[in-house]
Amino acid sequence: MLDPIKQTALADIRGVCRSFPKGSGEELRVLENVDLTIQSGEIVGLLGRSGSGKSTLLRIIAGLIRPTSGNATCRGEAITGPPNGVAMVFQSFALFPWLTVLQNVELGLEALGIDSAVRRTRALAAIDLIGLDGFESAYPKELSGGMRQRVGFARALVVHPDLLLMDEPFSALDVLTAETLRTDLVDLWIEGRLPIKSVLMVTHNIEEAVLMCDRILVFSSNPGRVAAEIKVDLPHPRNRLEPVFRQLVDSIYARMTQRAEPKTPAVEGIQGTGVGMVLQHVSSNVLSGLIETLAAPPYSGHADLPVLASSLQLEADEIFHFGESLQLLRFAQLSEGDLVLTEAGKRFADLETDARKKLFAEHLLKFVPVMGLIRRVLDERPSHTAPQARFRNELEDYMAEDQADETLKTIVSWARYAELFAYDEQSETFSLENPH
Amino acid sequence: MTLQDIRTPTLGQALRPNVWDAVALVLVIGAMVLIVYGGEQTVRPLSSLDIAPVSLDPANLPLYALRTTMRMLLAIVCSIVFTFCYAALAAKSRRAEMVLIPLLDILQSVPILGFLTFTVVFFLNLFPGRVLGAELACVFAIFTSQAWNMTFSMYQSMRNVPKDLEEATQSFHLSGWQRFWRLDVPFAMPGLIWNTMMSMSGGWFFVVASEAITVGNTTVTLPGIGSYVALGIQQQNLPAIGNAILTMLAVIIAYDQLLFRPVVAWADKFRFEQTAAATAPSSWMLDLFRRTRALRALTYPFAALNKAVSNLNIALPAGLRAPAKGAPPSRIVDVIWLALVVATTSYAAWRAYDYLSATLGLSDILSAFGYGFVTLARVIVLIALATLVWVPVGVWIGLRPKLAERIQPLAQFLAAFPANLAFPVFVVIIVRYGLNANVWLSPLMILGTQWYILFNVIAGASAFPSDLREAAGSFHLEGWRWWIKVILPGIFPYYITGAITASGGSWNASIVAEVASWGDTHLTATGLGAYIATATEAGDFPRVVLGIAVMCVLVTLFNRLLWRPLYAFGERRLRLG
Repeated sequence: MLDPIKQTALADIRGVCRSFPKGSGEELRVLENVDLTIQSGEIVGLLGRSGSGKSTLLRIIAGLIRPTSGNATCRGEAITGPPNGVAMVFQSFALFPWLTVLQNVELGLEALGIDSAVRRTRALAAIDLIGLDGFESAYPKELSGGMRQRVGFARALVVHPDLLLMDEPFSALDVLTAETLRTDLVDLWIEGRLPIKSVLMVTHNIEEAVLMCDRILVFSSNPGRVAAEIKVDLPHPRNRLEPVFRQLVDSIYARMTQRAEPKTPAVEGIQGTGVGMVLQHVSSNVLSGLIETLAAPPYSGHADLPVLASSLQLEADEIFHFGESLQLLRFAQLSEGDLVLTEAGKRFADLETDARKKLFAEHLLKFVPVMGLIRRVLDERPSHTAPQARFRNELEDYMAEDQADETLKTIVSWARYAELFAYDEQSETFSLENPH
Repeated sequence: MTLQDIRTPTLGQALRPNVWDAVALVLVIGAMVLIVYGGEQTVRPLSSLDIAPVSLDPANLPLYALRTTMRMLLAIVCSIVFTFCYAALAAKSRRAEMVLIPLLDILQSVPILGFLTFTVVFFLNLFPGRVLGAELACVFAIFTSQAWNMTFSMYQSMRNVPKDLEEATQSFHLSGWQRFWRLDVPFAMPGLIWNTMMSMSGGWFFVVASEAITVGNTTVTLPGIGSYVALGIQQQNLPAIGNAILTMLAVIIAYDQLLFRPVVAWADKFRFEQTAAATAPSSWMLDLFRRTRALRALTYPFAALNKAVSNLNIALPAGLRAPAKGAPPSRIVDVIWLALVVATTSYAAWRAYDYLSATLGLSDILSAFGYGFVTLARVIVLIALATLVWVPVGVWIGLRPKLAERIQPLAQFLAAFPANLAFPVFVVIIVRYGLNANVWLSPLMILGTQWYILFNVIAGASAFPSDLREAAGSFHLEGWRWWIKVILPGIFPYYITGAITASGGSWNASIVAEVASWGDTHLTATGLGAYIATATEAGDFPRVVLGIAVMCVLVTLFNRLLWRPLYAFGERRLRLG
């Protein structure tokens, strides 16, 4: 309490862990030993892949989720519920469709029991500040996405929070709108017109983090941990085209594709090993398309991720995700912010459809253990069929239910493409029969 | 119940009445006078019913219609209150949910007219010698026909509140009470209103059926359209029945225009969609009201009161609060709770057995099931016949948008119309031509409920995507192939929804449809409905209980084994878009 640093810290997170129950009754760790201190007067970004636990951390500070272990305090007081002086902006806006803009903005004040005249004044001031003048009596469904998120901001700002939490606030918006909103917000922040002391934002967009934040915490996945802390000293307003800005973006890309210390034979970015590997679905069309793009000029087998991402108009998160699937199947290799085709990948690009399927099947059996398992079981059984539940149970020993769903979806889709085995959705069984 | 709809008036000009005020004022005052009059009637002693018995004078019909309508209104208010309490409890407390939801499921399949038998005795004893007791019994019967599906709808909405809005209410420090009125209720509103409308449709049937009640030696005839028709039957007066039907038509139209249209139009803003709908529902009544100035000003105190109440910072009792995420529920309390539930159930089962076994033997149970299967066969045959007739007709209408627009309200209206008012017309024909009651009374069961199939099929065919129709056309899919491959799968989920409602309604209707009379001629068809009806008239409670229990079992099994799997199949495989 007497520690001067503690007194100014808006939020303080010490050794926080968080687990969720897995299908098998075991725990799945999404956050491990996270430390974070937010001081007055800074914008802090939590940057990481989906599933790296950054949103969970934000919700712990928001008092919406309790940590499994460790300490979370807000202005020196332990967080046991949504703390006072913290307000949140949601990715999906979370506006009440049956309330007008003004009523939505007033909502937070009403709950605080603030007198109606004061409430009206403050709400109108917040609406004015965020550029929503004239929209007071509109319902959210009448507004565009950008305007809706402005309501989200006004609703959070009107309670004059010390700490503003933002959960991927721009990711549901189109590129232009998002950029306008970002710069508007940064301008207000620099001019000191926002009634807040600090901002903590979650994002998976690297450029967005570099554009807005004073400090970026890069999260690694499985379990979520702070992999690096990067200070951004560039003065506002920042220019995306400046070399320093580009360098910083490139170095973060590199850091996020860097190989972690190889303590297990796990594939980077893919959670779990062996049969328990958690697969995320990527359509075989996307994989073939990406291999073709990589093989063709100007990349000729070697692409810089930021360049590839912007030319394909993909988010960093998506390009990582696709790259990792290619890496899992040994069609490409991710390293230091680059995506490089392997020999097999180059071969794949040159083949015809049927030969591609054959190569894909080979790699599936070789590098995705659960595929081999299903194929073996089907081969051994006299009926050559097996219920999906048999494999789901096995998967759920390693992962949560929704992860098992996603993994099964991937298995079915990849196996259908490779013509390894068939799946009947109605009876939920795998079989060796292919209707041809 | 107005939820923050009305904005504060700009004083001065706003309070000056305009033309619309005059119109609206007349309507409001008229409603008040009628309510007071109806209220005065109910506290009179029961003997007054004998002094001023129901008469067939058509001049009395408006008054009878008013009494009937008041019962409906009262029942719907009760149903809404019940819905809020029951659904909130079930949605917020895991332990309450374990008991309340299966209970609701069973209550849904109990034949409503069966309830009447017990409640009449109960309420008459509660207010001996007062009309109020009989009125309450009648209101309770309507309530039981309305409350369950409304409660289910509210419960399901409360369980499906979007997570981000839930987090927003928490994050902005709304208390449990505030959250309920600001998030749960508005979110549940569209589903609740739709279900209330469906309930009202069903309710007319039961209000008419329960106004002239005979349980054993007790016969109560409450002034209303139902008792008017009952008297008409007794005196074999066909014109009187025609008058009653016309009055009922007027009442239902008025109810729709003056109450439900405005509510639906008003509730449009609660639809949880992020885009504006192409056509919003409209209501001349709501427009009229919105154009008035002084009357709107009158509502401000109510709006303010509503706002104050919904803003009260009441926290839910600790036991009802959603458990903090991650904290495992206490096993010991679970075990105690389960033990309590099991003990209560066993006691109830023992008491029921004790009561029934005193007068009934195994053979009674077997014969009740026998009757049950006869009625089951009727329901199946009738649904099949209605399907054969109305599916092609519905598809034909639904694919013609102009026509569908005009027929759809008519079909919905026919579904709301209490078919039992029209029964005598059919009975007269059966009597006159000496037709077999076992066969010809059966169609009465589906007379009122077949329309659910029609209007759902129309809705399905209208919603069928035109690109799929065009694709079918360009591939020359015609004849039976077109029916099997294109349109039938397309309307399947809609058809099932309609068929479920129709089948449930037919079971209920069997109690009044399998027994019919015209003057001194009594017609009885063999079946469970007739079994229950006869036992009720004789005041034979054990047999009434048995009949109801058997019907309950059959309806539940029928739903679980046939309708639910079909519904799930339709939702999974055949839902378009």
